[in-house]
Amino acid sequence: MTVIATRYLREPAVGGRFGEFGGRFVPEALIPACAAVEEAFRDAWADAGFRHQLDMFRTRYAGRPTALTPAWNLSAELGITLLLKREDLAHTGSHKINNVLGQALLAQRMGKTRLIAETGAGQHGVATATAAALFGLRATVYMGERDIDRQALNVARMQLLGAEVVPVTAGSRTLKDATNEAMRQWVAAVDDSHFCLGSVAGPHPYPWMIREFQSVIGDEARRQVAAELPTGVPDVVVACVGGGSNAAGTFAGFADTTARLIGVEAAGGAAMTDGTPGVVHGSRSLVLQNADGQVAEAHSIAAGLDYPGVGPEHAHLGRSGRATYVTVSDDEVLAALHRLARAEGIICALESAHAVAWVLRAAGTDELPRGSTVLLTLSGRGDKDLGQLR
Amino acid sequence: MTMRFPEGRRLLVPYVTGGLTTDWTDYLLAYQDAGADAVEVGLPFSDPMLDGTTIQQAADRALTRGATTDAILADLTAVGDRLSIPVVVMTYANLVLHTGVAKLQEAGVAGLIVPDLPLEESGPLEQETAAAGIDLVLLAAPSTPDDRLQLICRRSRGFVYAVSVMGVTGERATVAPETTVLAHRLKNAAKGRLPVLIGFGVSTPGQAAVAGRAGDGVVVASALMRRVLDGATPADLSHDVAALRAALDDPIEHRAA
Ligand SMILES: Cc1ncc(COP(=O)(O)O)c(C=O)c1O
Repeated sequence: MTVIATRYLREPAVGGRFGEFGGRFVPEALIPACAAVEEAFRDAWADAGFRHQLDMFRTRYAGRPTALTPAWNLSAELGITLLLKREDLAHTGSHKINNVLGQALLAQRMGKTRLIAETGAGQHGVATATAAALFGLRATVYMGERDIDRQALNVARMQLLGAEVVPVTAGSRTLKDATNEAMRQWVAAVDDSHFCLGSVAGPHPYPWMIREFQSVIGDEARRQVAAELPTGVPDVVVACVGGGSNAAGTFAGFADTTARLIGVEAAGGAAMTDGTPGVVHGSRSLVLQNADGQVAEAHSIAAGLDYPGVGPEHAHLGRSGRATYVTVSDDEVLAALHRLARAEGIICALESAHAVAWVLRAAGTDELPRGSTVLLTLSGRGDKDLGQLR
Repeated sequence: MTMRFPEGRRLLVPYVTGGLTTDWTDYLLAYQDAGADAVEVGLPFSDPMLDGTTIQQAADRALTRGATTDAILADLTAVGDRLSIPVVVMTYANLVLHTGVAKLQEAGVAGLIVPDLPLEESGPLEQETAAAGIDLVLLAAPSTPDDRLQLICRRSRGFVYAVSVMGVTGERATVAPETTVLAHRLKNAAKGRLPVLIGFGVSTPGQAAVAGRAGDGVVVASALMRRVLDGATPADLSHDVAALRAALDDPIEHRAA
């Protein structure tokens, strides 16, 4: 237990390090802005008033705590106890709102009037547009052209909420390039704009700050699971990993327990499995790159997992052995999505279906023997993907 | 080899994206002939966080043609005998960490600029480059506070790079007021120990004259790369660089331009 606890970093080390990963690899122009975000976050996070305000919006606006739903039918079929943490029930349909409410309140506290965001599946963009509307901020969301085509519904939602959606035509025209563009635009707009990053990636303090905002998932689930299971903690905690924010938030609640932590990536975008150490989007982590050091294009059926990097904390958790990372194929994901829908009446996001797919594959094997107890974070709902699924 | 610059004149450092065309090193020779004091060579990277449209397009085109870091460095080695001015490589942290300083040293590179490697992260590379006899050039921005400017000037080698605007690379219509302010603050901090070169947005001879007077010289990139993307030959660019040279040498005449 102690060993496990010391491997998990409540707060990153000096300079924002999780072991050898993390840091702040950004242009000099952004250093004061990153430092200001760090200072404002430290100050806010230690301020009971800020916490209270955030809790209020989480409860009365975002619909927290989200339910913990036993997957009654699948559990019986698989011979395990599968508990679903229902982030799909949070306002806007995914866990992204947890982080964005925190960052939008922080932006307001810093006197910023605009949020700049990047989005892949559009869920983070929708969450950003939502919080901007709520708090009277402007929102500009950068989105790859390819994702704009794949996630048209979310583009319409963002626009309806009053956000400006800017198509990104560079590179692979997906999340990676949208992130570059958002950071470029932030350089030119730091005076009045806060960069509202959507996952546990980017320069310090973003990976840490966003994990803290998302740890509400794990903290709630820990209490809910304790009430549900005689053992108090599940044997396994599993979540999908794009940049890794829903997984990081979930893991945070169980880091000091004996639960095995499993992150599930898309086989075509598996930075933890296929990546090598590198620097992209402001931090050192594991990155999919070619032999020449060019960042590779990732491929996943889920736009939100189509990302060649992963948050530095995951790189550290993986290297230190505290968490394990696995991959599933697009076909397994589609099958899992359909099976969950038919068995439980829950249409989850393609991203979340990655976690389900692993459970379906592992159940009954040494990885997940019969009788195991599993907490699975359903990071979002699948409405956004219907165009792709039909 | 580290950088050595001529005394008593405004410095001119034109840029080219490595591997942009098959004959890309001819641009370096053209720059040299037209009076450049050093040349900046960009190693194309897939995720150029601090670059605007033009340099992004140039990097994209180079990578699409199949340019690799190794091939670009081999081209540099091949042209080394004919280049008497220093070559400064500009690229992002991921490529530098991936490529390693030894390969740059073998290719005769004299200086290195890594725009996403701020002071806090640059320590190890400062030591490595110093050991390899390569000048690691640090960058300063308009948002950099004075105490940091002092540190940057103390730790920078060869020259200090003034990123003249809060923004990305790209042509601009005028020299922004913040450019001159930053140049003066940096000149104070550098105390004549190393030259202050101004880059990002210096597009025309007239702008070079203004920026060059505020600092000790200029880096010109996007304006030249746009010309190459539009099909301009090394001879065409030799003409452009000569105009920049003339503007820097005789700023009064060009100031209105
Ligand atoms: C529903 C859903 N789950 C997961 C992700 C992946 O992000 P992360 O790994 O940061 O949770 C996304 C990203 O768009 C998403 O929309």
